[in-house]
Amino acid sequence: MNYTVRKFDAVIVGAGGAGLRAAIQLSEAGYKTAVLTKVFPTRSHTVAAQGGVAASLGNSEEDNWHWHMYDTVKGSDWLGDQDAIEFMCRKANEVVVELEHYGMPFDRLDNGKIYQRPFGGHMSNFGEKPVRRSCAAADRTGHAMLHAMYQRNLKVNTQFFVEWQALDLVRDAEGDVLGVTAMDMETGEIVVFHAKATIFATGGSGRIYYSSTNAFINTGDGLGMAARAGIPLEDMEFWQFHPTGVAGAGVLITEGVRGEGGILRNSAGERFMERYAPNAKDLASRDVVSRAMTTEINEGRGCGPNKDYVLLDITHLPPETIMKRLPGIHEIGIQFAGVDCLREPLPVVPTCHYQMGGIPTNYHGQVVVPGGNSKSMVVRGFYAAGECACASVHGANRLGTNSLLDLLVFGKSAGETAVNDLRGDVSAHKPLPQEAIDKTLARLDRLNHQKDGADVHETRLAMQRTMQKHAGVFRFKDMLAAGVERISEIAQQVAQTQIKDKSKVFNTARIEALELDNLIEVAKATIVSANARTESRGAHVRDDAPDTPEMPDGRDDKNWLKHTLWYKEGNRLDYKSVKLTPLSVDTIELKKRAY
Amino acid sequence: MEEDRKARINRLKWHCRRALLELDLVFDRFWERHEDDLDAQGEAALESLLEMQDHDLWALVSGREVTDDPQQARMIERLREVSPIANFE
Repeated sequence: MNYTVRKFDAVIVGAGGAGLRAAIQLSEAGYKTAVLTKVFPTRSHTVAAQGGVAASLGNSEEDNWHWHMYDTVKGSDWLGDQDAIEFMCRKANEVVVELEHYGMPFDRLDNGKIYQRPFGGHMSNFGEKPVRRSCAAADRTGHAMLHAMYQRNLKVNTQFFVEWQALDLVRDAEGDVLGVTAMDMETGEIVVFHAKATIFATGGSGRIYYSSTNAFINTGDGLGMAARAGIPLEDMEFWQFHPTGVAGAGVLITEGVRGEGGILRNSAGERFMERYAPNAKDLASRDVVSRAMTTEINEGRGCGPNKDYVLLDITHLPPETIMKRLPGIHEIGIQFAGVDCLREPLPVVPTCHYQMGGIPTNYHGQVVVPGGNSKSMVVRGFYAAGECACASVHGANRLGTNSLLDLLVFGKSAGETAVNDLRGDVSAHKPLPQEAIDKTLARLDRLNHQKDGADVHETRLAMQRTMQKHAGVFRFKDMLAAGVERISEIAQQVAQTQIKDKSKVFNTARIEALELDNLIEVAKATIVSANARTESRGAHVRDDAPDTPEMPDGRDDKNWLKHTLWYKEGNRLDYKSVKLTPLSVDTIELKKRAY
Repeated sequence: MEEDRKARINRLKWHCRRALLELDLVFDRFWERHEDDLDAQGEAALESLLEMQDHDLWALVSGREVTDDPQQARMIERLREVSPIANFE
């Protein structure tokens, strides 16, 4: 198989929020920068983010970064690294104001300042009362953000390679990263992007689950590439779930539906939340509702032919209320559940929403791995930012509006660090290791010539159903152990996928097979890490973790206040300590996470 | 000729990979049913819709907005038809 080589100072994979922000930094500094993206930049999943971006601007009331930092540490259930969290919260105002200068149409106050609204978990004075910290552009914050940053990139001559699928990381014998191999979808051409700086900004991998709010493009391409190149994945057991996604589709049903009086029911028609949360009932917090739903399903009280969902009932509400206060819900029910919610209840399940873990980085955006005498040795030439990276600022659980902040701060930080590294390096590009390129070619060749192999669609579905059942929102010892076995069987099928269509132009079957190669690494990392972590923390909740005074809600700080690192090779786990020392302030001391 | 059509359809299919899950799901169903019967006019209408921003496109597909373009309107109708809405009434 033929390939060509193209040389750049920097190559960025992914053109969502983090990739675009990093690219601005490099192109503005005059470096020749290529951005590879499998879809047009403004069709990246950042578009789906509506809530806003957190920054303690204090435009409507007193606020400061230290309070924001406290909320983020607490939200993370103390698994977040406090140096990275301080860095992010302190940088928030700067990146938001920069974005405004790029032309982001933030909502405004009458005095012209950026309007801010409250959001769950964001409080003033170290958890005292809610504070207005989220900056938004109507309900299209992510979309507006991408547009502003894409325009800025065009102005500074970033070179976009649109509809290119990155295939593998190119790493030499010394472990340095020298670029990526990639495929032009339009022609099937293979190109090695040879670069001194490689930044991954490939987003999340929520498609490992059967029920996910993530768009189809979220296949963890960066994580798969990193894992195949020997880079561990950090804290992959931590996934944020939303209680009410439409069963079988994943589309989100907003919390507002329960706020307006929607009731969750099991197969007997029982309002089961009365048993789990006698006071708050259906309005209990996300994790409580999700766990209750899962318990009902696991104990055989689920609905439908497979008893695998519960019902969200709003048929008792006046139709005018539903149509007026919840306008999108009727349409979503019809489109994705085949249900007219004015007359019938909606089938819902807890649904995967956001990946807290990812490629391990420090707050400079540099990828760090165990090596030498350190657990955080910098991988030369390799950077990561956004949902694909783990800085780690979200720890075991992310606060709303911190994801857009994460991609701005760490996108910029990764770009800035790459610029500094490029400035300090006047040598020529290191030679490309043939062996790394051959690995990609062999992978493509295997796929093209596989006979009697596994069907991509069926194998992906088997993986998604296994992850949903065995490593969902509420986790059980035996289920996790069985899930590890099942996923490893499925991984063997993934290694033998077969495609019938061998054409070169926009061969979506080939792309989907290559995406599955990435998804399966994320699935393995998730279930192996979750199986090993025997405590409950943040979004990782285990049935067998005892709730005692020493271990409130099953959190075991004595043994588990540490980050997981999963390696593809041998499905091996390692651990590294949580950074409890911030940059300039005192440690936010451990305590029970309660709201 | 058949090769050309296959390449065009494959390109359109990839352009149906969107930022919003709602649209991904609608297009997924659309291709399951209409891959073989999409004519040149349909291809053109679909292509013009795929140029739109995701939120605007979803507003059309979910019926909150309407388009003045008759070809686009016909395609939107087809996209809506493949949804379970057909089970009603």
